[in-house]
Amino acid sequence: MRVTISVEQVRSEWVRRIEEVSGQDVMACYHCGKCSAGCPAAEAMDLLPNQIIRLVQLGQVERALESQTIWYCAACQTCYARCPKGVDLPRLMEALRELAMQKRGDHLEIARLDVQALAEFPQQAFIAGFRKYTT
Amino acid sequence: MRYFYFPGCTLETKAVGFNRSAKEAAGALGVELVTLPEWNCCGATFPLSTDNVLDLAGPARNLVSTAEAGGDTLAVACATCFNVLRRTNHFLRKHPDTLEKLNAFLERPQPYAGQVEVRHLLDIFVHDVGLEAIRRRAVPGLGGLRVAAYYGCMLLRPADEIALDDPERPGIMDALLAALGAEVVDYPHRGECCGAYLTVKSPEASMPMSYRILSAAGRAGAQVLATACPLCQFNLDWLQARLRQQYASYQPLPVMYFTQLMGLAFGLDPAGYGFEQHYVDPRPALAQAGVLGGIRSP
Ligand code: SF4
Ligand code: SF4
Ligand code: SF4
Ligand code: SF4
Repeated sequence: MRVTISVEQVRSEWVRRIEEVSGQDVMACYHCGKCSAGCPAAEAMDLLPNQIIRLVQLGQVERALESQTIWYCAACQTCYARCPKGVDLPRLMEALRELAMQKRGDHLEIARLDVQALAEFPQQAFIAGFRKYTT
Repeated sequence: MRYFYFPGCTLETKAVGFNRSAKEAAGALGVELVTLPEWNCCGATFPLSTDNVLDLAGPARNLVSTAEAGGDTLAVACATCFNVLRRTNHFLRKHPDTLEKLNAFLERPQPYAGQVEVRHLLDIFVHDVGLEAIRRRAVPGLGGLRVAAYYGCMLLRPADEIALDDPERPGIMDALLAALGAEVVDYPHRGECCGAYLTVKSPEASMPMSYRILSAAGRAGAQVLATACPLCQFNLDWLQARLRQQYASYQPLPVMYFTQLMGLAFGLDPAGYGFEQHYVDPRPALAQAGVLGGIRSP
């Protein structure tokens, strides 16, 4: 796939906002891959956690927002615990989720949830799910 | 020993067995848990975006209430509530500007200054009561029941804020269970995420995460898995109901709250511990190991 990278994209308003909301300097990541190696949700992801950071570093925010990876991050903090550069990746994922929902609306439609399962879930599953998947 | 206690919404509804066994096990150790007056839901996730101050208000209100009631400690059983309350407290201590905003928003007579300590029951049992006292009280004990201590995320990370145990090699629950007379099994994935809230929208993603944990514990010879989180309990337990439907030969592994095991070890009556609500009923495994309601087979 051909990707055009421009200074404008790398310094775009979107990148600035993601850094502000997450409180992270995305350029701190040097792609050792430790986050992706230990991510327990990686097998469900279309892009690995460090590939998401790479996209943001290159100003490819749209592609990061289209990735399903941000929705499969369980905010388990394993990557953050192990990152040699102290990058708080769960915060970056949260910023991307928020941005994606601001652009496209909520990720979770209550009406489409499995009604049988609904009756079974503990309360905290809902509250956490709605916090992560709706604005 | 007396502490204010935060039950949380799940322990008052779906996980009543956790709540009841926690209070009774604490009582047996001389720990009185006084339910925090007018506690409110913690929000179940610590807000991760820097501009989300409002989601800190819920957990902060519980901290203010504890201080107002004259408490210096808030004891928590649910690992998730513990994580959210503790991270909120840590954040407020480090960000006086946010604390000031929240104090103004909450409009309580005494502004909060970060003085309350949020502590998990594991911490209180192991460090305030002590393993020796627990060992003495553990009659009839767990009789060598093979238990896998499962920590998940919320008891461990981020380690600098939670500061309960080593995030890569945790052992506090193992130490407690061993003091109860369990044979704790060593197994990998004890601190890996079970899938958490992914289960609400994407069980296809959370189920393999839970399965990895269960199969590692099973291979290590566990008869029971112990947890401190109602969401871990649900994810790990619910998955097995499906596995049993699909594979006749599947060997289920009961998923219990560590406090239920404490109650049994102390010989307390487990009526009200909610065993019948588990998808994998722990009673056959407990009976087989000779540990049920203080009645030990010879
Ligand atoms: S562990 Fe840290 S430095 Fe390494 S790839 Fe992940 S975010 Fe980048
Ligand atoms: S916080 Fe998200 S990205 Fe990081 S290891 Fe956990 S699931 Fe993976
Ligand atoms: S973590 Fe969950 S159970 Fe605990 S108070 Fe919050 S929402 Fe309720
Ligand atoms: S393993 Fe999952 S449910 Fe359990 S504490 Fe971690 S995030 Fe919560």
